[in-house]
Amino acid sequence: MNKILLIIKREYITRVRNKTFLLSTFLLPLVMILFIFGSVFFAMSSKDSKKKIAVINDPGLFEANLKSDSTKLNFIFTGGGDSTNLLTQGYGAVLALKNDSAAHRFVFHSKKQLGIETKSKIEDRLNRAFEETLLQQKGIRKEILDSITKTSANAYRIDNRVFSDKGKSEEVNAAVNYGVGFGSGILIYITMFIFGAMVMRGVMEEKTNRIAEVMVSSVKPFQLMLGKILGIAAVGLTQLLLWVVLIAVLSTAASALLSGQMLQQVQEANNTMPGAGGSAASAIKFMEFQKTMGSVNWPLIIGCFAFYFLGGYLFYASLFAAIGSVINEDPQEAQSLMLPITMPIIFGFIILSSNLNTPDSPVMVWASYIPFTSPIVMMGRIPSGVPVIQLIISMLLLVGGFIFTTWLAGKIYRTGILMYGKKASWKEMFKWAFRKA
Amino acid sequence: MNILELQNLKKYFATQKAVDDISFDIQQGSIFGLLGPNGAGKTTLLRMITGIFYPDEGNITFNGKKFDPINDVVHIGYMPEERGLYKKMKIGEQALYLAQLKGLGKAEAMQKIKEWFVKFEMQTWWNKKVEDLSKGMSQKLQFVTTVLHEPKLIILDEPFSGLDPVNANLIKDEIFNLAKKGSTIIFSTHRMEQVEEICDHIVLVNKGHKILDGTVKDIKNQFKENMYEVGVATRPEDLATYIFEVVHHGPENLRIKLLHDSTPNDVLKYFINKDKAIHSFNEVLPSLNDIFIKLVEGTPEARQFEPVQ
Repeated sequence: MNKILLIIKREYITRVRNKTFLLSTFLLPLVMILFIFGSVFFAMSSKDSKKKIAVINDPGLFEANLKSDSTKLNFIFTGGGDSTNLLTQGYGAVLALKNDSAAHRFVFHSKKQLGIETKSKIEDRLNRAFEETLLQQKGIRKEILDSITKTSANAYRIDNRVFSDKGKSEEVNAAVNYGVGFGSGILIYITMFIFGAMVMRGVMEEKTNRIAEVMVSSVKPFQLMLGKILGIAAVGLTQLLLWVVLIAVLSTAASALLSGQMLQQVQEANNTMPGAGGSAASAIKFMEFQKTMGSVNWPLIIGCFAFYFLGGYLFYASLFAAIGSVINEDPQEAQSLMLPITMPIIFGFIILSSNLNTPDSPVMVWASYIPFTSPIVMMGRIPSGVPVIQLIISMLLLVGGFIFTTWLAGKIYRTGILMYGKKASWKEMFKWAFRKA
Repeated sequence: MNILELQNLKKYFATQKAVDDISFDIQQGSIFGLLGPNGAGKTTLLRMITGIFYPDEGNITFNGKKFDPINDVVHIGYMPEERGLYKKMKIGEQALYLAQLKGLGKAEAMQKIKEWFVKFEMQTWWNKKVEDLSKGMSQKLQFVTTVLHEPKLIILDEPFSGLDPVNANLIKDEIFNLAKKGSTIIFSTHRMEQVEEICDHIVLVNKGHKILDGTVKDIKNQFKENMYEVGVATRPEDLATYIFEVVHHGPENLRIKLLHDSTPNDVLKYFINKDKAIHSFNEVLPSLNDIFIKLVEGTPEARQFEPVQ
């Protein structure tokens, strides 16, 4: 027991002291925060990308009501003209109604392809203008129309409440649950690869440095393997903990910095015309996002995350160690031997990403039971609520699973670590794993 | 007293009988040579003695009791042929780590490491990394980590490979010192001249079997061919005799082989009668190298795989 502790200590200290560890621990959250807040910031402050769009061939349906957008879109009615000429005259794009009025189609000439968002925005504007023109033709005055649009815009929203078993109704936000579930699923997926590969490389290092035999003359191979796996688990937990703390601190600081600016923008937006402030809308959205993030059950998610991270890591790490023990120096061998182990991890990720919209579907439930995929899939399901019994079954199976894989891998490792020269075949590894002591 | 007794050890792998019924004893305080061609089963045998492998059959008695790998490994220091160190680790920390794994306390280990580092003039190495060391230097470090915990049984597999003569002598002296202090040393090598110089007792294994067991002197006597070197100046035509035949005729000396039942004294009488001046007269014993080659001759260079029933 004492020896395992010594091994854990060495594995932990040599890795934590490593410069790559320090860099990745401190840079990753910084980059993440910069990315998220940077994109919010730029979305709010971008004013330069205004598009000048010439509209031609308008049969009088849009001119009065097609509104330009103060930030992005600027429609200019030129009456007539040739689209290629207009494009050379400094217009960013030309919008031309097709003569065939029954088809209700515009042709959009531009130098660059139209983005989906911009396209739907322009369509939205055109349809609204068309609707208003039709209403006006039926005799509704423009002032009335304007005042209606002003009061009705964004007046009502949906708050989704879910009745839990205890009869309590809770406010839920599907988008946030989706985001949190997907995020933690991805994080488990990535960390499983990172730390699993770390275990494998550690074992390969011991084998290629020829220290394995020196080590197993003082400790049992199983102790050596377990010490390495647990030591790296401690490294992983340290890194995750530091990330959580750093992200919390940095995002509090960044959002404090941003929200002052946003409040100002919201006020400005209220003073000007409605619909004019695209940036104000995104500011409001951002503040709502902050509020709903607060509604997520963080202690449960972080607790489960720690469990599934550890469980999933332990399940796969010993398999990675077994692979590392049968490889001789050649990284090519590692690739082909790793495939059967990386496949289920990737498969779990595919299940998660393609079924996350229906977290209670049978595929998701089964995938969250089977230890090969459960760490990734279950983490995706937890934010939207999982029955306690399912959670317990999944956790028990995972614990049983990693005990089994560790036992199995230990037997392969014991033989593989002392074999030099040739790569073991799957058949041989199978034999090592299941022969008696 | 025997520190180690092996009785009918067997270890079969899927394609080979690596060790097939080998027994021998090793006396405490002796320097024991385990010899054999490549693939003879030496490493497998050593791995069983160090508790890395369990024998399929047979018994190992260590220090008078049945060998218990988990508790007895602290009394064994093993320097395998496939040896190495953690390249990225500092040398001092590495030595400390390996010593602690052998059950030494931190303070005790530190003190011993320092003693050894002084002895081998390695004090300035403490904060260097293993990857900065030359092969010979890391070999010295490896030796230190093997014997640091003062094991009763020290097993050295090709300990001098990669060492220059000066460092090889340094290690050789330490091996003698350790034996004098009561440690038993098992020494596995192909280098026969080193075996002759160092070992008291040898065992030769080939194809998983023991084919020779005894002290160096006994074995040489066992394989002697009644050859003598006579320091005498003669002409070939003077030497018509039935007492001996000439194997090699030099200007100042003769190498002869006794024939029939003649004794060395017959040879001396023969030359004295002829009134030849004899400067020297020595028995020529075969070198271990010759014995080794003679015994394993005919063994294919690489051991063939054979089915195991």
